[in-house]
Amino acid sequence: MAASEEKQMIVNGKRLDGRGFNDLRPITIKAGVLKKANGSALVEWGRNKVLAGIFGPREVVPRHMTNPKRAIIQARYIMAPFSGQEEHGRSGPNRRSMEISKVSKHVFENVVLTSMFPKTMINIDMEVLQSDGGTRVAAITAASVALADAGIPMKDLVCGVSVGRINGQLVVDLDKTEDNYGESDMPLILSPRTGEVLLHQIDGKLTKEEISQAMDLSFEASKKIRELQVAALKERYESVLAEAENGNDNGGGN
Amino acid sequence: MILDEVKEAYVRDLLAKGSRADGRQLLQYRDIKVTKGAYPNAEGSALAEIGDTKVAAGVKFDVAIPFADRQAEGVFMVNSEFPILAHPSFEPGPPNEKSVELARVVDRGIRSAGVIDLKSLFLEEAKVLGVFVDLYVLDHSGNLIDCAALAAMAALADATVPKYDSETKRLVREERTGKLPIAHKVVTCSFEKIGGKLIADANGEEEVASDGRYTIATADSKTICAVQKSGAVGFTRQEIVNMMDIALEKGEELRKLI
Repeated sequence: MAASEEKQMIVNGKRLDGRGFNDLRPITIKAGVLKKANGSALVEWGRNKVLAGIFGPREVVPRHMTNPKRAIIQARYIMAPFSGQEEHGRSGPNRRSMEISKVSKHVFENVVLTSMFPKTMINIDMEVLQSDGGTRVAAITAASVALADAGIPMKDLVCGVSVGRINGQLVVDLDKTEDNYGESDMPLILSPRTGEVLLHQIDGKLTKEEISQAMDLSFEASKKIRELQVAALKERYESVLAEAENGNDNGGGN
Repeated sequence: MILDEVKEAYVRDLLAKGSRADGRQLLQYRDIKVTKGAYPNAEGSALAEIGDTKVAAGVKFDVAIPFADRQAEGVFMVNSEFPILAHPSFEPGPPNEKSVELARVVDRGIRSAGVIDLKSLFLEEAKVLGVFVDLYVLDHSGNLIDCAALAAMAALADATVPKYDSETKRLVREERTGKLPIAHKVVTCSFEKIGGKLIADANGEEEVASDGRYTIATADSKTICAVQKSGAVGFTRQEIVNMMDIALEKGEELRKLI
């Protein structure tokens, strides 16, 4: 979003919340947080709180959308009406959330091995319960863990972070204020294994050199996020294993 | 959920013998947890959990236009969302009848008990405060109404009112004038009737097996402020009196959690 007024967001080489230019906000990821969903994850990323839940592979509704060769993926990104610091939001999808849902779906069409489950559908639901900038990358990061928690085979565990320019400086992981008053924002989702970019959007002016540099920063920061995703899944399966060993059958998502 | 349907006969057989699959007494609730301020971007919020059921609630204030026949009163509204991640049977789209019933029963209890003094929400001619409560079902393992009512009430009890700027006619959310005054803590107790037996706080499989539900909202240890009967089964007068006694008693316990 272009800044209509200049707001000083870098003071003594630090950002308003005290972070350095390349620092992520604190991130915690927890897998298997919901009982009914086949897979789920909660990502708390700074002040963002995003819950992702997976159902499927299951029967396709409506039926005419069935693909005999592969599973279809339905992704839904949505913000709760109370999630922002502003006025009461409207319930349900809007133009922004529909676009984000669409590009998120394409991310997962790339990595999920859909041909293993013909004639089925996989539902990915991403609910933003609290937002503070960067919710789409947080949501997709959560959904990726939730898919793995659901046991759905994927080529890779995707993740990503937004990089943008504020007061002329490229910074990693913009929060809401930096996004609102900064010059440009570039959310990116990466397949860390192949190095392919699976979601890429730019809103605001950036030079070719800046974009290249922003990609480097995003790739580098994504390594940390990937570690957190893997740790969350390990923790989840260790707890399921422990429950199974104790003869308790309550660990599964089903 | 298909599994819950398969379990129907099992649930009924057990209840006929006076016991429940998860080992609870017939009128015993699962563990309850209420976390106030769970989503601090909202002006009031809470996460309520009853067993595996989870409902989030957020309160937002806005400048609203009063209803034509109540020009001096603020607007209070409860909405509910059933996001698809909460249950395999949930589908995207506009609220269905269950979602509408949930929001309306929660709304009715809070409204009829006068929890919020709507007259105190008057700002100026044709401008009043609107109090919007959004209920978000996050995990559905039965008894959504009691869980949602706890979440809504706790979110209202957590809410602080943003300042109204009479020049710009807008709310200044960074400045709060204080807590939203709460006259009562309204809670609900829901019962399911299964094969003639009454149980409290049904879980998902018990709800599938149920013949009907009876929900009682209470404002304090003596006052019932809303009732909703649902499902084809009938309740005897004696059953209703019994449920009201239990709801008034259990309500006191639930109020302490808010």
